[in-house]
Amino acid sequence: MGAYNMRQTLNILLVGVGGQGTILASKFISQVAIDANYDVKMSEIKGMSQRGGSVVTQVRIGDHIASPTIDKGEADYIVSFEQLEGYRWAEYLKPHGRIIINQQQIEPMPVIMGLSKYPEQIIDKLEAVGIAVDSINALAIALECGTSKAANIVLMGYLAKQLPVEQAIWQAALNKIIPERFLEINQRAFETGYQL
Amino acid sequence: MTEPTKKLMSGNEAIARGAYEYGIRVAAAYPGTPSTEILENIAQYKNTIYSEWSPNEKVALEVAIGAAIGGARSLAAMKHVGLNVALDPLMTIAYSGVNAGLVVISADDPGMHSSQNEQDNRFLAKFAKIPLLEPSDSQEAKDMIGIALEVSEQFDTPVLMRTTTRISHSASLVTVNDPLNIPVKPYIKAADKYVMVPAHAKKRRLIVEQRLEDLQQYSETTPLNHITINDKKVGVITSGVAYQYVLEALPNASILKIGFSNPLPKNMIKQFAEQVEQLFVVEELEPFMEEQISAMGIKVIGKELLPNIGELSVQIIRQIIGGETIANLEAAATVATQLTTEQAPLRPPVLCPGCPHRGVFFVLKKLKLVVSGDIGCYTLGALAPLSAMDTAVCMGQSIGGAHGMELANPSLKGKTVAVIGDSTFLHTGINGLMDVVYNGGHTTTLILDNRITAMTGQQHNPSSGQTLMGNPAHEIDIELLCKAIGINRVYKAKPFELKELELLIKQELAIDAPSVIIVQHPCIFVDKHKYQPVMINSNCTVCTSCMRIGCPAIVRKEDTIKINQTLCFGCDLCIQLCHFNAIEKCASKNGGL
Repeated sequence: MGAYNMRQTLNILLVGVGGQGTILASKFISQVAIDANYDVKMSEIKGMSQRGGSVVTQVRIGDHIASPTIDKGEADYIVSFEQLEGYRWAEYLKPHGRIIINQQQIEPMPVIMGLSKYPEQIIDKLEAVGIAVDSINALAIALECGTSKAANIVLMGYLAKQLPVEQAIWQAALNKIIPERFLEINQRAFETGYQL
Repeated sequence: MTEPTKKLMSGNEAIARGAYEYGIRVAAAYPGTPSTEILENIAQYKNTIYSEWSPNEKVALEVAIGAAIGGARSLAAMKHVGLNVALDPLMTIAYSGVNAGLVVISADDPGMHSSQNEQDNRFLAKFAKIPLLEPSDSQEAKDMIGIALEVSEQFDTPVLMRTTTRISHSASLVTVNDPLNIPVKPYIKAADKYVMVPAHAKKRRLIVEQRLEDLQQYSETTPLNHITINDKKVGVITSGVAYQYVLEALPNASILKIGFSNPLPKNMIKQFAEQVEQLFVVEELEPFMEEQISAMGIKVIGKELLPNIGELSVQIIRQIIGGETIANLEAAATVATQLTTEQAPLRPPVLCPGCPHRGVFFVLKKLKLVVSGDIGCYTLGALAPLSAMDTAVCMGQSIGGAHGMELANPSLKGKTVAVIGDSTFLHTGINGLMDVVYNGGHTTTLILDNRITAMTGQQHNPSSGQTLMGNPAHEIDIELLCKAIGINRVYKAKPFELKELELLIKQELAIDAPSVIIVQHPCIFVDKHKYQPVMINSNCTVCTSCMRIGCPAIVRKEDTIKINQTLCFGCDLCIQLCHFNAIEKCASKNGGL
């Protein structure tokens, strides 16, 4: 086994709330990595996802991947499916990394009950500490494409544009992971995200 | 198109694939995170593998034991605490040995992502004197099923394979092969081997020790344990996912990778120790290898520096062993500090909108009862605002626990209830209920029967009417079962009728006899009905009475209360809590008038 070279590794952290499609998005990225002949590891913590808890998946892509997990300060990209989760996980971003954040807000129980406040102006706050943030209204775009459920693929379209893998590989991978009857809407969602 | 040879698989999927490729014929489990997907995936290979959800882990292992003695390669899978339940058969089948191969999977959960404790089950392999395998990625997880079965048959022993959450739930590339054709072995009667009466057990006891010596030799030569010499200044002995962290954190270190960790390859360890200047053991959780290596008189550094709580990581190893200052981690700490001016509110898991458990806990809280709880979704009844659970220990403990509380303290009598789910009741709860009947207890038990094993993702169980392989099954009648063991007062109640439920609980607490209230309604994930959601009308005074049930669909925004109709499942609990007739049903199932 050759010496491990971290410079060749891309770390992507996907964070969101149960039901937002983070795991499918992670599988999508992993499929792209496989089709582009990279090694890939994907780790997920989803124990309570159906009960409205946070969901975190980690995708690592490179020539040879050892650890399946991403430590604090080591993510090249954070794709946040919900604002508060992006705020919560921001410290996992590498210096000069980038957060792609969906503008959607899903209030957690303590906020719903009025016990805590949902932080205001999250995106401004992240930018104020020097983080590069791309904020996207993925939910609205997905609705325009035909279903709110495709917000995850809108975000993937946007991510795809940032990464050095041809768009055609992404499109082919999408065909592999999405059932045929939902494919057209998701293709549209991906394309719209890519063109943002 | 040809089938790709490499597939991205989680550790659990890879174990299932290994079961298929290496000729497993019988597989049994009780669901438990992070092990559940092993059997869920094995179920797809129904042409060659019989698979089942057993009522508990002990039964699962007993089924696998029977099948292995009968001549079929077999597997039992469980989460770490499940092996506590199955430890009784494991300790003795370790004496008997097998006919065809038997592999037991223990999926440990360092970091307690979804568990009540963090026990390191490698000690149970040593305790049972059986071989232990620890994969460090999905490919190894698949391959090790084949090796485990070979070792099991060659050395006549069950084999324990220990994964952790990061192996079970991380996906990596796996080469997929065609299944081997492994015929079922003939069954051979051998009472001196399989009937563990003392006279036979005493003879097997000697064989177990001889077998450990033989396994020791195997451990020295198996490629699962191997040395890579790089820089000799730092040598690391490691296993499981920690091996991956070490590879990345210390790319120049010499490594002894342990895949076969009981018994340890002592000679190989000695040889490795002699070659390196400083020797570290990097293992997750307890100093399982370290203590044994220290006992050999070898100077080794492990838990004096590395944590024995929670998961390890690349950064922990870079810092502690590599002596690195990690610039990215420091930058992360700066970001975290800057953002703490406004703390991110937590996102705790909650009972789903429409969950049939919610109303029960509302009533229990209202009655100010001491609630002896159990393991399942309903453990979330312990969280605010319901906050209606006093104890939760292990699967099935609630009923015995409530009985004990009443015995301990007369003031708790008539003030205590046990709360347990359908699957957990059938798992090990029923034994507690027998105890209450037999010993004259008066405990009131609430069985929250949501028709499924919900917490782990809606698996079937003996009362839900379907098997793992998709066949219809007899539904155990919990009401009849409770009556049969001697509970004369068994009631069925509806979880969304709060007043009736409250009266019934009060009535049963006041009576000096044991009783069972079966609160029955399907989990929203298996409920086939669609109900109309509710809406707030102009009567609302924002008294927040409806918010006492902690429903995620009821949202307070400044001076108004709104119902999130995409989340609302139409359980109508909030209507019952409203004093002002301010909540009403929508006319349409899609919300609105």
